[in-house]
Parts: sequence; structure tokens; C-alpha cells
Amino acid sequence: MPPLPNLPSSVPITWYLMLSAILFTLGVAGFLFRRNIITVFMSIELMLNAVNLSFVTFSYKLKQVDGHIFSFFVMVVAAAEAAVGLAIILTVFKNRQTLQIDDVSSLKN
Amino acid sequence: MDALLFMIFAAIAVVCGISLVIQKHPISSALSLIGVMAALAALYLLLGGEFIAAAQLIVYAGAIMVLFVFVIMLLNAGTEKRGRRMLANYADLPILLLFLGIVAAFIANRMPPTEQVIFGNFKGGTALDIGRALFTTYLLPFEVTSILILIAILGAIVLARKEID
Repeated sequence: MPPLPNLPSSVPITWYLMLSAILFTLGVAGFLFRRNIITVFMSIELMLNAVNLSFVTFSYKLKQVDGHIFSFFVMVVAAAEAAVGLAIILTVFKNRQTLQIDDVSSLKN
Repeated sequence: MDALLFMIFAAIAVVCGISLVIQKHPISSALSLIGVMAALAALYLLLGGEFIAAAQLIVYAGAIMVLFVFVIMLLNAGTEKRGRRMLANYADLPILLLFLGIVAAFIANRMPPTEQVIFGNFKGGTALDIGRALFTTYLLPFEVTSILILIAILGAIVLARKEID
């Protein structure tokens, strides 16, 4: 088998940051466009993950472990947020029998 | 080899991310999100973050996503209804693309394009290094984190319990 033409052996750091930006934008898109409260919540998790990728990438660039620690703290906060958020979703469903965010608008006006 | 692995896992992450946004059913979105998290764990490994890759798989793809799938199944969440404000929502799309373009231009401008990610160049992400930093420099934030989790547990219990008269 001939070697693959022009395949670089490594990628620039910027590509990792670009991937992080793309994932964050996808998370924002899901947050804005979706109407299901659980999917909106999952989009927030996607945004947190994208930010984590940035932290780890900068940790590599600066050759320091601090980015990993921040990423770890983001994970802890995401876990706490998931527990409380899903409890709120359960309560909303118990009181209103709906998961559509358009139907949960008593704070509007 | 590094480039090939990055391409594969970045493609998985982006495809699963798009799938999360466009899937109609919440359970499909949840499975896509698991795909994103697993791909990101592989990318962390490429960046030298052994501990954070393992934590990503165990905490995110394991614990948090089980919680999500559990709630989706419990509430029997079906396909979502299309809202009335669909057209108005898609007006945000150009703004999002503009945001992405600005961020990409900023990254391309400020970061040196010559700097490469080479696997094995950074070995400071082992459990030993993380633990040492966590229990010396970051001891106070780490302890505050435990209080945060305690409050979250109490809040979840108070929110989700049955009212007892």
C-alpha cells in the first residue's frame, strides 16, 4: 500500500480551538432552536464540553496542569447542575404535564 | 497518525453535535451527546490529559448521561411538537454563523499557526499531577466544591420529593 499523500503527522493547536468553537456554536443553536426542555438542557451540556476542550488545549499549549483542574471543576458543576436541573424538569412535568418550553411561560409578561 | 486520529474524532464530535441539534426525539439527542463526549475524551488523550479523559468518560458519558436517559424514559418524552415561532427562531442563524466566524478569525489571528499538537509532548496530565495540584494550590476551591455538591443533592431532593401532608 503506498503512503497517503500529503497527510500531516500532526495538527496545529488552532484546529482544536476551532473544533471547540464549532461545538459551542452547535450548543447555542440547539439552545435557541429546540423546543423540548430536555434537549435544551443537553445543548447546555454540549456548550460546557466545548469549553472543556478549550481548557485542555490551552493547558497543552502552556504546558501547565491548571487547565485540567478547571476542566475538572466544570465537570463537577455540570454534575450538580444536571441533578438540580433534572429535578426542576421533573417538577415542571408533574405540575404541567408538558415538556415544551413554549407551554411553560407563566413568568412571561 | 496524530492528524488522522484528530480528523476521525473531530468528525465524530461534529457529526454527533449536528445530530444532537436536528434529531426530533430526545433519546436520539442523548445518544448523540454520548458520541460527542466519547470523541472528546479521545481528543483529551491526544492532548495528554489522561486523568481528564477518564473523568470525562466516567462522569459525563457515564453518570450524567445515565441521569438524562433515566429522566427521558421516566417522563416518556416523545417527539417534540413544532412551535409557532419557528421562522422567527431561524432568524438567529446568521448571527450564530457571524459569531462563529468572528471567533474563528480571532483564533487564527492570535494563535501561532506553526505550533503543532504532538502526542507525548505534554506529560503533566496524569492523575499524580492533577492530584498534587488539586490538594495544594487548589485545595480551597476543591473543598468548596464538596459543599456545592451537598447543596445540589439537598436541592434535588427538596425539588423532586412528593408533598407529604
